[in-house]
Amino acid sequence: MKLYRSHVLVCGGTGCHSSGSAGIIDAFQAELKKHNLEDEIKLVSTGCFGLCAVGPVVVVYPEGAFYSGIKAEDVPRIVEEHLLKGRIVNDLLYHDHAKAEDVVSTLDEVEFYKKQKRMALRNCGVINPEKIEEYIAFDGYKALARVLTEMTPMDVINEIKASGLRGRGGAGFPTGLKWEFARKAPGDKKYVCCNADEGDPGAFMDRSLLEGDPHSILEAMAIAGYAIGSDQGYIYVRAEYPIAVKRLTIAIEQAKELGLLGKNIFGTDFSFDIELRLGAGAFVCGEETALMRSIEGKRGEPTPRPPFPAVKGVFAKPTLLNNVETYANIPQIILNGAEWFSQVGTEKSKGTKVFALGGKINNTGLVEVPMGTTLREIIYDIGGGIPNGKKFKAAQTGGPSGGCIPAEHLDTPIDYDSLAKIGSMMGSGGLIVMDEDNCMVDIARFFLDFTVDESCGKCPPCRIGTKRMLELLDKITSGNGEEGDIEKLEELGNNIKASALCGLGQTAPNPVLSTIMYFRDEYEAHIKEKRCPAGVCRNLLRYVISSDLCRGCGLCTKVCPVSAISGERKAPHIIDPDKCIKCGACAEKCPFHAITKG
Amino acid sequence: MKSIQELEQIKQRTLQEVNLRKDRKGTRVVVGMATCGIAAGARPVLLAFVEEVQKRNLQDITVTQTGCVGVCRLEPIVEVYKPGEEKVTYVKLTPEKAKRIVAEHIVNGQVVTEYTIGAAEK
Repeated sequence: MKLYRSHVLVCGGTGCHSSGSAGIIDAFQAELKKHNLEDEIKLVSTGCFGLCAVGPVVVVYPEGAFYSGIKAEDVPRIVEEHLLKGRIVNDLLYHDHAKAEDVVSTLDEVEFYKKQKRMALRNCGVINPEKIEEYIAFDGYKALARVLTEMTPMDVINEIKASGLRGRGGAGFPTGLKWEFARKAPGDKKYVCCNADEGDPGAFMDRSLLEGDPHSILEAMAIAGYAIGSDQGYIYVRAEYPIAVKRLTIAIEQAKELGLLGKNIFGTDFSFDIELRLGAGAFVCGEETALMRSIEGKRGEPTPRPPFPAVKGVFAKPTLLNNVETYANIPQIILNGAEWFSQVGTEKSKGTKVFALGGKINNTGLVEVPMGTTLREIIYDIGGGIPNGKKFKAAQTGGPSGGCIPAEHLDTPIDYDSLAKIGSMMGSGGLIVMDEDNCMVDIARFFLDFTVDESCGKCPPCRIGTKRMLELLDKITSGNGEEGDIEKLEELGNNIKASALCGLGQTAPNPVLSTIMYFRDEYEAHIKEKRCPAGVCRNLLRYVISSDLCRGCGLCTKVCPVSAISGERKAPHIIDPDKCIKCGACAEKCPFHAITKG
Repeated sequence: MKSIQELEQIKQRTLQEVNLRKDRKGTRVVVGMATCGIAAGARPVLLAFVEEVQKRNLQDITVTQTGCVGVCRLEPIVEVYKPGEEKVTYVKLTPEKAKRIVAEHIVNGQVVTEYTIGAAEK
């Protein structure tokens, strides 16, 4: 094996990919060739580093120099200066938002990573996900070897139970218990499934794991197969994740080639195989019963539970279904022991949780923190706060199934139970930050619009109920809200939660109910005063010119596309509200800030 | 895959390759690679270090570069940092000298005094 004196790691996750990392890899290849450095310097395309906001990200070892926002034009300089002459290119290094003047040169110094604990993401941004050897070098498949040669299936289950690991898909069911149910269910054929149908808007934890460390999922599924007595696994991954699908396909091929999947693994009589199933874009297929129907090749519609998958799942056989992130923790638990894992986290929520941080936040990206970290730490210390000095209003967790957490609960430790207590949920890990410019009624409407679209239509509470709720919200945001609408929303919401068939319907009203709980005043302002406090809802918006500030320069009349502004020169102008289309062009142009919305 | 030994073999083979990305605290060999160093022949020296480290399968050695060390007339300059020991600066190196440094200093802990900056300045 060749020894390289330096490694150049280029992020190949979807985030950096879309900001042009493929072009950067090509540029490095060309430059390294030009300078004859190919034999000395290793170019590696990795999974997500987490700091997607400043992508594309490039890290150069052994220094650990952390370059951010790199363009293909910058590559020749990095090669000539850093790789050839050993001078780190300072102006291309990452800048910390918190300390404007400080340049951060290495990965370990970045504030964003300091409070994080990367357990599930341990290999993301470190290994080349398309090379099984690199995974093995970082102790990959060692847990599977140990399990097959030293442990009984019940040992494995007891270890997972002792670790306190709970399902990372959102509901938080104890993983070890789930495995035990699947093991004890009678049946000669059993299946191990992985739910990689990550559909929540704004969530990308599972995608990053699959792209950055696909072998850890395969290894964990094989371990699960041994534990419950199954020889066949399915990964249900959405087709909208082309890079994840590609890397999974490569990983499965490589594992089969080395005999880490297939017959008689490690010379034992345990055999295990994994196949991919691609989802065709239906959100409801992330719900476990619908997902299993889809694996079978049927229409992705949920079925009532019980029977639970552990008893009657795929092809009516006992089935174990876990989320990607849950699996990512398994090999580490086997290698380091349950105690090592349970030392991290809170009393009832052990380990770490990966969040996809998005919305009004400086460091958009992927973070992994110990359970019990507060929202304040995630948003301000790791996330770098809210851009443009705006005020924090709420954070949305759990996507269309979750709820909002307002500023007063910023110090709530994030774990399954604390979030449930304040009316939100852990969810799969989407975390969307909202500032004072976001209208909470509009946010609730957005999520409900999504669930109405994605409802499979099988049960009436979800099909009809959510539609009625959306109509009420449309009515409120367009300025036609009436007294009693809020109560109607609450009643409908609670009824849907109690009566819908599957998780999608049962949680769909959450965004509405939790915004009503914490931001009732905003709903009331829309209904009673016909006013949108955040200035988002277009029909409730009014632009007015302050007669004190207006100097009558006439600039606004020139930019108004519908000629709604009139007035004498050097005298205060006025806006005709009937003509105004609320585009905001006048307010932007006014040199005296005389035009305000409200 | 028939045995754990087989897995361990793959791991050991690849470990050297990825070792660079792990946290480690071994010896650092820093080669001055500014224009002056390169002009004086620092690249063959750097390559000789890399080659020797690989040939001897040495773990925990980082061969890296730096900019101009300052005494351009003595280039190629290489500094060796061993944990817990004072830095040793070697000057006017050639690939042959580099091989000797790896063998005597890095492996056996004997500083090659005649190549050091102290000896050159006498």
